[in-house]
Amino acid sequence: MLVVGGGISGIQAALDLAGIGLRVFLVDKSPAIGGKMSQLDKTFPTNDCSMCIESPKFIECDRHPNIEMLTNTEVVRVEGEAGDFTVTLNRKPRYVNEDICTGCTTCFEYCPVQVPDPYNQGLSLTKAVHIHFSQAVPLVSYIDPETCLYLQDEKCQICAGVCKHNAIDLHQKPQKVEINVGAVVLSPGYDVFDPAARGDYGYGTLKNVVTSLEFERILSATGPFEGEIRRPSDGKHPQKIAWIQCVGSRQVIPGGNPYCSAVCCAYTQKQVILTKDHYADVQATVFHNDIRAFGKDFERYYQRAANLPGVRFIRSYVSIGKEIADSRNITLRYSTDGEGVKEEEFELVVLSVGLTPPKDAPELAAKFGIELDARGFCKTDPLNRIETTRAGVYVSGAFQGPADIPESVVSASGAAALCGELLAAQRGKLSRERVYPPERDVTAEEPKVGVFVCHCGANIGRVVNVPSVVEYASKLENVVHAQESLFACSTDNAQQIADTIRDKGLNRVVIAACTPRTHEPLFRDTVREGGINQYFFDMANIREHCSWVHSKEKEEATRKAKEIVRMSVARSALLEPLEEIDLPVDKAVLVIGGGVAGMTSALNIAGQGFEVTLVEKDADLGGMARRLHYTLEGADVQAYLAELVRKVYRHPLVHVATDAAVEGVAGYVGNFTTRVRSEGRIREIRHGAVVVATGAEEHKPAEYLYGKSGRVVTLLELESRIARKEEAVTSAQSVVMIQCVGCRTAERNYCSRVCCAQAIKNALLLKQLNPGMEITVLFRDMRTYGFREEYYREAAAKGVRFIRYTPEEKPAVEALEKSLKITVIDPILRNKLEIEADLVALAAAVVPSSTSQALSKLFKVPLNPDGFFQEAHVKLRPVDFAADGVFLCGTAHYPKDLAETISQAYGAAGRVVNLLSKNSITATGAVCDVDEAACVACEACISACAYDAIELQETARGKKANVNPVLCKGDGLCNTKCPTGAIYLNHYTNEEILCQIDAA
Amino acid sequence: MQPEFKPRILGFLCNWCSYAGADLAGVSRYQYPPGIKVIRLMCSGRVDLEFVLRALANGNDGVFVGGCWLGECHYITEGNYDALSMMHLGKKLLERIGANPERLRLEWVSASQGLRFAEVVSDFTNRLKELGPQNVSKLKLEAIRKLLPYIKLVEREKLRVRFESKGEYEKFFASEAVNRLVDELIADKLAVSQIMVLLGTQALSPGEIADTLGMAPSEVAKHLKSSARQRLVRFDVEQKRYALA
Repeated sequence: MLVVGGGISGIQAALDLAGIGLRVFLVDKSPAIGGKMSQLDKTFPTNDCSMCIESPKFIECDRHPNIEMLTNTEVVRVEGEAGDFTVTLNRKPRYVNEDICTGCTTCFEYCPVQVPDPYNQGLSLTKAVHIHFSQAVPLVSYIDPETCLYLQDEKCQICAGVCKHNAIDLHQKPQKVEINVGAVVLSPGYDVFDPAARGDYGYGTLKNVVTSLEFERILSATGPFEGEIRRPSDGKHPQKIAWIQCVGSRQVIPGGNPYCSAVCCAYTQKQVILTKDHYADVQATVFHNDIRAFGKDFERYYQRAANLPGVRFIRSYVSIGKEIADSRNITLRYSTDGEGVKEEEFELVVLSVGLTPPKDAPELAAKFGIELDARGFCKTDPLNRIETTRAGVYVSGAFQGPADIPESVVSASGAAALCGELLAAQRGKLSRERVYPPERDVTAEEPKVGVFVCHCGANIGRVVNVPSVVEYASKLENVVHAQESLFACSTDNAQQIADTIRDKGLNRVVIAACTPRTHEPLFRDTVREGGINQYFFDMANIREHCSWVHSKEKEEATRKAKEIVRMSVARSALLEPLEEIDLPVDKAVLVIGGGVAGMTSALNIAGQGFEVTLVEKDADLGGMARRLHYTLEGADVQAYLAELVRKVYRHPLVHVATDAAVEGVAGYVGNFTTRVRSEGRIREIRHGAVVVATGAEEHKPAEYLYGKSGRVVTLLELESRIARKEEAVTSAQSVVMIQCVGCRTAERNYCSRVCCAQAIKNALLLKQLNPGMEITVLFRDMRTYGFREEYYREAAAKGVRFIRYTPEEKPAVEALEKSLKITVIDPILRNKLEIEADLVALAAAVVPSSTSQALSKLFKVPLNPDGFFQEAHVKLRPVDFAADGVFLCGTAHYPKDLAETISQAYGAAGRVVNLLSKNSITATGAVCDVDEAACVACEACISACAYDAIELQETARGKKANVNPVLCKGDGLCNTKCPTGAIYLNHYTNEEILCQIDAA
Repeated sequence: MQPEFKPRILGFLCNWCSYAGADLAGVSRYQYPPGIKVIRLMCSGRVDLEFVLRALANGNDGVFVGGCWLGECHYITEGNYDALSMMHLGKKLLERIGANPERLRLEWVSASQGLRFAEVVSDFTNRLKELGPQNVSKLKLEAIRKLLPYIKLVEREKLRVRFESKGEYEKFFASEAVNRLVDELIADKLAVSQIMVLLGTQALSPGEIADTLGMAPSEVAKHLKSSARQRLVRFDVEQKRYALA
């Protein structure tokens, strides 16, 4: 397998492919993986720290035995066909030996050449030799051949001289590598629109006009101003900041892009919220067109930003006035609702730039023999956007078109699913397993603790006196070895730690470094390499919790670091070896919901060789798609659906149960037993995983005369009538569509995402049938995100009238004798418009399926406040549930169109197969256990455990609590309820914690 | 001049939100006073009252508990609600032994609230500075600790509540009914527990007991009488002192 592009989408694709047992080459042209996501400060709509959630994935890739990472590498040539490609790669010289470099940054300190830092969008300086960013994987230096004095003029070799490891190799040559792969996933991502080309809004000449990606770096703690918001001209904290939306998007002028970039509205809101978080009195103004808050929880996010004090959202086009000579402030001209054009001064202007195809897309397309669309993005199948025009070459992420992080992750998992289907026979053949040395039994030994104190380059060492911490640690009870480490996590240091464990016979290891939340898995691995149980390890966090937060109090910080190490050492002596539990996996899958999402998932999973039971509540398969006839792009939905249903029924591994309902669920990941009632009979299905694809429903409007007048229909009803070419529809003189019926309200505070495009689709169909028809769309914001924008423009060009209304002044519909009268108040012109119409179509909200509540309880998976299923992580686990073994796709997750549903269905299938291709599942050993002698069977623990992991069991000493280690999630709440201390959470026992308390 | 008082705080943070928030404070370089040290637990619901008592008995000036915001717990057990109950109950018990309940503080800090973590720690430190060094009697803390199994039973039977908001918990625990309940079910036991712990060190006269524990002599007499009836203590006629039975 070849994955091209190491951004979040490529990373996810590589991990999912490697997880199903395929060998993966992950190729990235830059010196480190991470892509654009690594440059973001936070992510919407949760404001999660982007790097913190992404960097563990870097390490996962780095350590995965089935993934070979090739950074600084480009594809030269691709030959062959699906199943058997020969790919030639060019490994560009990095002038640093990757295997030797420890990432110590000494070379960086000595390098005399300062260059703009590409990671910080050129807002700060770095050196010709540098590490791409501080959490980079691989964490090794890179020499920029364009600016290095030696590589340009053979003038300097300082770096080679100062490198203690002789890792610098200025004579490295490019290397051609040929690899054989069965399939390819292209995840090259996107580029941001460059406003300098046209000098939009003075960008390039006015210093205080920055792009949103530059502003992202300005916000970031690792950015040019270390997280302080300063402006480029004078480093002052700007108090008045303006954002200008749609820069390079929704523009049909030369050099602009006609499509909507889909992510800018939300990222701007994020930047506004973060700015206000940094400095509460900043005045933030966003100049926007439509607010496209179409994603899950985006509507609330928008409200959160808009309701902050000092924040204004102004719907207006903007032009630059002037730069004020002394202050270098900038004036913007914009139109207002009542006061004409206004000119206002701002200290910083942020351009919310759109997404463009990657600059090298044409070359990439030529090499891989794929086609691009008119915009320069990857041309895909209109309904399966993961398929390119060439068999065996798949596309994920924003190369499909503008996409946010979860969509990129979903399409990555989906691409893995499609590759898995293509290469099902190859699965596991080339897969490698990590082999660890046998575990030494140390139960009879006294604790022998080894302490490793990490400098983390200068991150710790600059503040905490590391040698003095080492000396202190060496005198603590049970400590037999203590030493410093420059980067404990670097590959060679980790190796050295493992060697020391063996050489000195250590049976406990304490590493004083950074946070266990990111590095514990890595060091546990190191400890395993050293031949002892991985739970004999404790991490003392002296970076995030010490050197970084007490950087001005070096002595105090050193004292605290010693105390933190003391706590860890004390705790480590009590640690017990724990066994992770290997559970067998039932290699069958239950898919709930026989709509397009469920069927697509089921077929792919079956195509990869797993038995699937597909459960549908209705008598027929098809779900909501049975009511759809066309897509915006013109695909024939009914034909597609019929073919899909046929494939489902014909697939020998897919078993369909219609008229079916899930009645009971027992078990857990790998081993579920579900009771299904189908056509009156009850069946028990054993399965290892489940996909929830229960879809959504159409809201029945209670307003606008719906249900009272036959002339008022929903958009879906209109579509059916258009498909039947009903006379009443085709001959209508005038049709009015009213958007946002039943959503974006207090009761349903979300956007149904699909209705704007649906309205446009129907309007275009009607215009096609009857070009003279008068069509009016009454909308709040037109949310034709992505390429849908182009159809919106087409509709407008064909004479469809778009009139905005506000929720305060909703349109009114009255029945006349032979028609309807619609009254609407134009919010700008303030005049009352009356429209006579033969038909009114309502964009009725998409509402959660009526079965969601019950399923949520059965599978113990949560719903969000709107009643849609809540995924495990909005950004990085979009089709997983927090409960293991349960997956999610389609409109059960949130409203989405057919192509998005199909993509997510493949995504869920990819995740399911990732789970089922393993023969066993490893569950953590840090779960509860019961000291039966102390248990009084009071059931206090049982009443606290929402996982139902504890049961009373008959023993020789009577009834005693018993923990099912597979169900126990290790939160430990039961421990605090137990009056006798009988139940204990391994790895966090009372004794271990009290010991830490005493050592504090 | 006396050296500046720098409060020592022991923090218990849940892995998923508040520990991550503390990490983010680090990543973002938000500075806060170095008096706090942190123990990582998987869930704030894992924080046992015993940990709080032990931390105070060890001389920490304050105990901090950090959890996920209500509704955002990583676990479906939603242990942060229980942590909130634990905190309220803990404060009540601390009050009963004459300790300032403000020395126990619980805050929600999400994984994205690095700044909030730094602010909360700074604020807590400042408050503890105002309160001065902690000098709660170890004996009294031990008296509560001994009662914990019983307190857990009372909590399960009478105080296991689930509200949506922090305010509702505050209202509930400040209510007359809860105070009466604590008085009726716990106060007496706590007094007896203190007497027992004290007598565990040496035999004492009722007057000495009253002085040491700061209790009314009549109250001491009442508890000694009932404890003697239960044969927990005995009166040494010769020494005119009470001792453990």
